Amino acid sequence: MSVLVHPLYAVAGVPDRLLQEAQGRLADEEALRRQTAELQRENLRLKARLQRLEALEAENRRLRDLLGSSFKLGERVLIAELLAVDLDPFRHQVMVDKGETAGVFVGQPVLDARAVMGQVVRVAPLSATVLLITDVEHSLPVQVLRNGLRAIAQGTGLPNRLELVHLPKNADIQVGDRLVTSGLGGRFPAGYPVARVVEVRDEPGRPFAIVLAEPLARLDRAREVLLVSPMSAGQRGATLADGAAQVSAEP
Amino acid sequence: MMAGARRGGVIVATLLVALLLTVLPMPDWALPYRPPWVAMTLLYWALALPERVGVFSGFALGLLLDVLAGSLLGQHALSLAVIAYLAVTLHQRIRQFPMVQQMLLVWMLLLVERLLYVWLLGATGQPIPGFLYWASAASGALLWPWLFFLLRGLRRRFRVA
Repeated sequence: MSVLVHPLYAVAGVPDRLLQEAQGRLADEEALRRQTAELQRENLRLKARLQRLEALEAENRRLRDLLGSSFKLGERVLIAELLAVDLDPFRHQVMVDKGETAGVFVGQPVLDARAVMGQVVRVAPLSATVLLITDVEHSLPVQVLRNGLRAIAQGTGLPNRLELVHLPKNADIQVGDRLVTSGLGGRFPAGYPVARVVEVRDEPGRPFAIVLAEPLARLDRAREVLLVSPMSAGQRGATLADGAAQVSAEP
Repeated sequence: MMAGARRGGVIVATLLVALLLTVLPMPDWALPYRPPWVAMTLLYWALALPERVGVFSGFALGLLLDVLAGSLLGQHALSLAVIAYLAVTLHQRIRQFPMVQQMLLVWMLLLVERLLYVWLLGATGQPIPGFLYWASAASGALLWPWLFFLLRGLRRRFRVA
């Protein structure tokens, strides 16, 4: 049935695509050259960081091998583009242009260039629906990067707010702390950036502290998203689920 | 009129356009005010041709809308089937009304649709949206005269019967 309505999505996206096309054609040569130069610089910078990361990843794996834990790194990413359609205005969902035929599956984590965006909740042959982390029905297990404190980040229904629920009032968390995924839920791989704490409040009448965070992903502006899937080649073939189970079983 | 010249294609085409308008991108501030195009188009055809468009069409259309909008399958189907039933039952009366009164009644019907939808949201444990949720019924009622004359013009032009 979702195949039936797919043409409607395609047609609804036409004005947006035309606009983009026009912008692409009208951009002058100077601007394009500037953009290319900037992208090349950024590419170089990122490559440099990647080299260091690869070394670190190898070292990390070696150390973990020494510890006897079978924590596995390595994921495959698929780049998808958002479809220009509006769904229910009261939910935070977006559609992407890759579906079952491209190997997308329900529960697959979705990132943008900066941080975690959400997860796939419905898959059609040619498209998929992504629930964003700010939706009121979404919760995400996170960890404070500074000290490893674990928490659950719940969506608030506002596009730029997450709430950390059930944190005791004396929890060691402060404004500016970076939150990363903890990988405990088994859905998201560990260690991806999620949000930055913007408010820590203590209300005397409430049993828990009120902690609000701002997502780092550009949820309302990103055009391209990355769909992450666990790498299946060789011995790095653990699924996210048992990777997380092993992490939580560590002392 | 010959059999087979009943021009069902026009009805289907207008309903498809209504579905398209439902997912067409709009600026963020305007999203809650998007008129319920599908419900309005369905109401028009149920009032104009109650023997052709009714509860079953409402249900089928609602299923399509559910798939399109990503809501729970059957949620729009139920609410649209109910207002299609109300429209078919009341069509003799509504047709006699002056336009202002007709707008008010359409507003009521659209509110009934919203009410059923939010009831289903609650019954299935989904989050209940805020007050702006009801705004689309009002914008739909305000746009009703234009949609009515447009669709009536189409119906007469193509002699849909």
